[in-house]
Amino acid sequence: MTYTILEREELAPEIYLLKLHAPEVASKSEPGQFIIIRIDESGERIPLTIADYNRDAGIITVVFMEIGKTTKQLAALKSGDSLSDLVGPLGNPANVPRNSVVVFVGGGVGITTVFPEAREFKKAGNTIISIIGARSENLLIWEDLVHSVSDKLYITTDDGTKGHHGFVTDVLTNILEEQGVDLVVAIGPVVMMRAVADVTKPFGVKTIVSLNPVMVDGTGMCGSCRVVVGGETRFTCVDGPEFDAHQVDFTLLMKRLTTYRDEEAVSLGKFMHEQDCDEKC
Amino acid sequence: MPEQDPEERIHNFDEVALGYTEEQATIEANRCLQCKKPQCIKGCPVEIDIPAFIKNIAEGDFEASASELKRANTLPAICGRVCPQEMQCEIECTLGKKGEPIAIGRLERFAADYELEKGVQTPGIPESTGYRVAVVGSGPASLTVAADLARIGHSVTILEALHEEGGVLIYGIPEFRLPKEIVRAEVDFIKKLGVEIKLNFVVGKLRSVDELLTEYDAVFLGSGAGLPSFLGIEGENLNGVYSANEFLTRVNLMKAYQFPDYDTPIKKGKHVVVVGAGNVAMDAARCALRLGAENVTIVYRRGEDEMTARIEEIRHAKEEGVHFKLLTNPTIIYGDENNWVKTVKCIKMRLGEPDESGRARPEPISGTEHEIPADVAVIAIGTTPNPLIPSTTSDLQTIKRNIIPTDAECRTSKKGVFAGGDVVTGSATVISAMGAGKIAARAIDQYLQSLRFAETTSTLDCEAIECRNTGNQ
Repeated sequence: MTYTILEREELAPEIYLLKLHAPEVASKSEPGQFIIIRIDESGERIPLTIADYNRDAGIITVVFMEIGKTTKQLAALKSGDSLSDLVGPLGNPANVPRNSVVVFVGGGVGITTVFPEAREFKKAGNTIISIIGARSENLLIWEDLVHSVSDKLYITTDDGTKGHHGFVTDVLTNILEEQGVDLVVAIGPVVMMRAVADVTKPFGVKTIVSLNPVMVDGTGMCGSCRVVVGGETRFTCVDGPEFDAHQVDFTLLMKRLTTYRDEEAVSLGKFMHEQDCDEKC
Repeated sequence: MPEQDPEERIHNFDEVALGYTEEQATIEANRCLQCKKPQCIKGCPVEIDIPAFIKNIAEGDFEASASELKRANTLPAICGRVCPQEMQCEIECTLGKKGEPIAIGRLERFAADYELEKGVQTPGIPESTGYRVAVVGSGPASLTVAADLARIGHSVTILEALHEEGGVLIYGIPEFRLPKEIVRAEVDFIKKLGVEIKLNFVVGKLRSVDELLTEYDAVFLGSGAGLPSFLGIEGENLNGVYSANEFLTRVNLMKAYQFPDYDTPIKKGKHVVVVGAGNVAMDAARCALRLGAENVTIVYRRGEDEMTARIEEIRHAKEEGVHFKLLTNPTIIYGDENNWVKTVKCIKMRLGEPDESGRARPEPISGTEHEIPADVAVIAIGTTPNPLIPSTTSDLQTIKRNIIPTDAECRTSKKGVFAGGDVVTGSATVISAMGAGKIAARAIDQYLQSLRFAETTSTLDCEAIECRNTGNQ
């Protein structure tokens, strides 16, 4: 089995989209689920959220940001290259509500995870309000796609280059003060998700977040992805990835995400050095 | 059997036991009494004709010996290394009544390795029966079922969730105890029998068992016991606390011991505490040493006699310098300000009255609390079956902790679905899983034959009806 990259696109600086040939996985994918990939024999297994899928064409779309060694290596691949391994769909699909007013909050690469969920929620007859945010206009991705599945779209940038000058939580607070909201779904950096949970809690609005801890197998075998939700230890890969934001211990999640900070730096340093050598030699 | 020196081997992941030379094997094989009523066979879950394969070695016909082994056991090079022979075949050996029993396991390994080195003959594949069987998982139970069914001519497809075949043989048992090259060679033999293997295939996600039953005539569940148990004590989610499954998967499957040449990292602890005293705990402790730990301590709430690891594994761990703190139970794991493990608080235990498992129940001795410094802690207290398959399969009965019960022929409560290995027994040994695989293969074959019988009779019925209809015209 080969998992070929059919298309590669740089959506924004350091943010890439890959369309992958994976017909079996595409045929079973639902919004909210993820895949795990391994680039080559010596590669690590990393989870990537399914940003879109086309069952007829057998395609899975993923969007990721270059952060460490593996994502940099992935970003350097070209259309026609293939991945050694791709497994999925993993995790539970998002629960689709009925007759609800839903606010989606997407930050950074999380915006691409919002899209298929908002599309599915919209299809089921819900009212969709989306708030998408980025540090700056040039990092804002998939605005049109999210717009196409939203009844109303708000944009925020930290530096004010587009939309509201400030954070997604500013806009969210205004909406919650002005109108009834049944559900908030927040997907993005952990700090953003935690801030959203803090904002919605006093309003008593149910809030869902999609978590992204360190994983290995993604099938419940290792427990690397354990998080504490409502005082209980849960495995994100099989019990999540979506959880009740008001029950999640975000502090623990953030601390556990730093487990391999030193090793990640070593790995990245080695990779950059090898890249340099490749260019010079 | 020659072994790598402990001083030397704690700095590498190479195999500890070096195996017999031809001369050593022949001498050992000649000790066999060739009993008229061999007791050793009774101790073997896969019914190897032990005196026969040993006789071949004694006569210098190593190839014949390997063929004899393969008749009953598809994975002899693996069994020769990881079976608890001292509890099975060797305990029954007549020689053992007065002295050392014959080293059946070591001889098995010798013959199997000889064949692997010489190059395994491509086995003849029988004519296809036309029946298709899906085997879920690719550990020892699944590989055995697959091989036995393929040898009868059934078409077998193994569906494996990970990116490499072998299950616990690949992700669990370390290189120094079972080289992955050996696992690959034995898996290759199974492929040569015509078994198809689909990797990265998570049953319960990509296909449910119900869906598989529409594509295959029977399904075997050999998905093992992959869900790690934790102690449920404070501090278990600190950074540096691993389940044994995670620790071993990173080291073995992902080759974290070769980081950064391999991308998967692992925390190389200076002071490592391993909780538990089974084979998995010994494996984790010995891996930690090889990763460079200054000291590794096994913490176990019962005593020396209750440890469930093989005697050889405990001996190897002791030789390598693993400390054993027995009758000691962890109560809290303390961390530093960055959420990293700092110490494991323990309490001394004493053995009381037997519990439901028949073993003496450990009881805490108050006032004996103490802390053991640790920057990595590995929880190796057992595993249970993964809930993914039971939760996505209709009409499949399970009992506590997602165990799938079967009858003596490995039949589950669901028609056409069989199960064996750890998914039925909870975590046990490679060889008991293989024994179940053998029984399941026979039961599946019988089931497929009953399908054929049903088909034949229904065809006959149709023909009879057609005849009658023609007659009426």
